[in-house]
Amino acid sequence: MKFLVCISNVPDTTTKITFTPDNKEFNKAGVQFVINPWDEYALTRAIELKEASGGTVTVLNVGEADTEPNIRKALAIGADDAIRVNAAPKDAFFVAEQIAAVAKEGAYDVILMGKESIDYNGFQVHGMVGEMLGIPTVAPAMKLDLSGSTATLEREIEGGKEIVTVNAPFVASCQQPMCEPRIPNMRGIMTARTKPLKVVEAVGGAPRTQVTEFALPPKKEGVKLIPAETAGDLIKLLRNEAKVI
Amino acid sequence: MSVLIVVECAEGEVKKSSLEVASYGAEVAAMLGTTATAIAVGEVTEANLATLGEQGITKVLHDAEPRLKDFVNNAYTKLIATAAEQEQAKIIILANSNIGAAVGSRLSVRLKASLATNVVELPKLNGDQFVVRRGAFSGKAFSDVVLSGDRKIIAVKKNSTEAKHEAGKTAEVASFSAQLSDADFADAPSQVIMQDQAGGILLPEADRVVSGGRGMKGPENWNLIEDLAKALGAATACSKPVSDVDWRPHHEHVGQTGITVSPNLYIACGISGAIQHLAGVNSSKVIVVINKDPEAPFFKAADYGIVGDVFDVLPKLTAAVKALG
Ligand SMILES: Cc1cc2nc3c(=O)[nH]c(=O)nc-3n(C[C@H](O)[C@H](O)[C@H](O)COP(=O)(O)OP(=O)(O)OC[C@H]3O[C@@H](n4cnc5c(N)ncnc54)[C@H](O)[C@@H]3O)c2cc1C
Repeated sequence: MKFLVCISNVPDTTTKITFTPDNKEFNKAGVQFVINPWDEYALTRAIELKEASGGTVTVLNVGEADTEPNIRKALAIGADDAIRVNAAPKDAFFVAEQIAAVAKEGAYDVILMGKESIDYNGFQVHGMVGEMLGIPTVAPAMKLDLSGSTATLEREIEGGKEIVTVNAPFVASCQQPMCEPRIPNMRGIMTARTKPLKVVEAVGGAPRTQVTEFALPPKKEGVKLIPAETAGDLIKLLRNEAKVI
Repeated sequence: MSVLIVVECAEGEVKKSSLEVASYGAEVAAMLGTTATAIAVGEVTEANLATLGEQGITKVLHDAEPRLKDFVNNAYTKLIATAAEQEQAKIIILANSNIGAAVGSRLSVRLKASLATNVVELPKLNGDQFVVRRGAFSGKAFSDVVLSGDRKIIAVKKNSTEAKHEAGKTAEVASFSAQLSDADFADAPSQVIMQDQAGGILLPEADRVVSGGRGMKGPENWNLIEDLAKALGAATACSKPVSDVDWRPHHEHVGQTGITVSPNLYIACGISGAIQHLAGVNSSKVIVVINKDPEAPFFKAADYGIVGDVFDVLPKLTAAVKALG
C-alpha cells in the first residue's frame, strides 16, 4: 500500500490569535507552527498500518519553505519520504488541486488527512480531493482498518457512527480516537535528516475564495459572581436576566 | 434560478440545524429576489416536510428512494447535484455538519462552485461581491470571505442563526428522482450505530450544554452533570482529558480538537478554561463557570460564575431548576 498523508502547518493550539493592523492577515510574529493536530492522527495511523502490512508513507504539504521543519518532524515520526508543493495554500480548492495532482502522479492507494485544519477550519479538502480523483471519501473517520486493499472505517455522523467499507484508492479524513498520535524519538529525528524531501511546483488555476478581512469575537463584559451558598439564585438570573432557560 | 437548501432529516423529522438552514436559505432567497427550494435527505415524512413552509421554503423535493435513509456520500452528492441542475440553483445552502461538509465539498468540485463552510451570518452583497463571514482559527476568530464564480455553496454553522416559525405556512412537497443506481450506493454503510443520548439531546444540536472537566474527579460523579442536564433539557459534554481517560465518550469532547458548540447556555463544571477548551465553546451565548479556584482562567470568558465546589453547587442548581416548575 502506498499511503499519502497530507499535513498542514498551523499555529500551535496555545496561540493567541491576532491580525495585522489592517485585519487583512494573520499576525505570524512570535507564533510557533506545528503539524495540524488532526493530521497527526492520519500520520500515525498510516505508519501503524504500514508497520503491520508493509508499504510506504509519503507526507505531503502545500506550503512555502518555512513549513519544512514540520515536514521533517513528520519524517521523524516515521514517514518514509516527503513532498512539498511550493506555494502558499491559497484556499481549500487550490490545496485540493495540488493534493489530487500529487496523488494521481504517484498512484497512491490511501490518501489520509486530518478532519480539518485548526486555522482555516475548512473541513473541505477531503471531499474535493475525492471528487477530483473520482474515488470515495470517508469523513470524518474515527477508525481505519485495512485488509488487503479493502478498508473498513467508522465514520462519525451526528449522534452516532456508520461502518463503511471501501476499496483502495480512497480518501479519509481522520480524527480521534483513531490512534494515539506519536511523537518523534531521537533515532527518528536523526534518520529524518537524510530522508528524501522533494519540492514540486504548484499546478492549477486561481483560488475560488478570498479572505478579505479577519475579526475577533466580541469580548465578554465581565463575569457576574454568585455566592456558592445561594447558588440557586443563578438559575433565576438565567431565566429572568439572561433569558436562556 | 432559485436557492437550493439541503435539509437533513432523521426519524421522520427535519433536524433542528436544518430548520436553521432553511430559514437562512429563505432569507438569502429573499435578498436575491428568488424562491427557496429544499431537497430532503434522510428519513422523513412528507407531512413534516410540508411544515418547512414555516421557515419560508416554497417547495421541497423528495426522492422516496429508501436507501437514502442513511448517509451515503456518493448518492447524496448525486441527488443534490441533480436537484441543483433541475432548479438551476446558483446558491446551495447546507448545514455545516459531518454530512453537509462531506457532501458540500464534493459538490463544489462537481458543480464548479465556490464553497464556504462554518458560515455564521447572512451573506453581504457588496456590488457584485458576495461576502460571507465564517468561523476560523477554531472559534478564536472570524474571517470574511469573497465567494467568486457563478455558483456558490454555503455551509451554515449550527446555532449561529435562528430558525423562524411562521405558523400555518406550508411548502409544496414535490416528488423527485435523481435516478440513483446501485453504483451510487457503493459506499453505503454496512451498519449504522446510534448513541444513547442522555435525554435524547444531541450535543452538536443542543441549545443548552452542561459540561464536566477533571474537577469532577471521576466518571462515577457524572450523575451530578446528568441530573442538571436532564432538568435543563441540556446535552452533556466534557473536556479533552476527561474523554482521553475514557470517563466519557469521545463524541462529548469539546474544544479545539473536539467539536465546537455554540449553544445559548454552556455550563462548565470543574473545567479550568484552557485556551484549547475555550476555542470550542466561546461562541456560546451565555457561559456559566463553576470552579473552586477563583483564579481559573475560565472566569475571564464567563458571563456568570460561582466560585465553589461542584459537589456542593451542582445539586443546588438542579434543585433550583426543578423548583422553577
Ligand atoms: C494540541 C492540544 C489540543 C487540545 N485540545 C483540547 C480540546 O479540544 N478540548 C479541551 O478541553 N482541552 C484540550 N486540550 C487540553 C487543554 O490544554 C487542557 O489541558 C484541558 O482543557 C484541561 O481540562 P480540564 O479543565 O478538565 O482539567 P484541568 O485543567 O485539570 O482543570 C480542572 C479544573 O477543575 C477545578 N476543580 C477541581 N476540583 C474541583 C471541585 N471539587 N469543584 C470545582 N472545581 C474543581 C480546578 O480548579 C481546575 O480549574 C488540548 C491540549 C493540547 C496540547
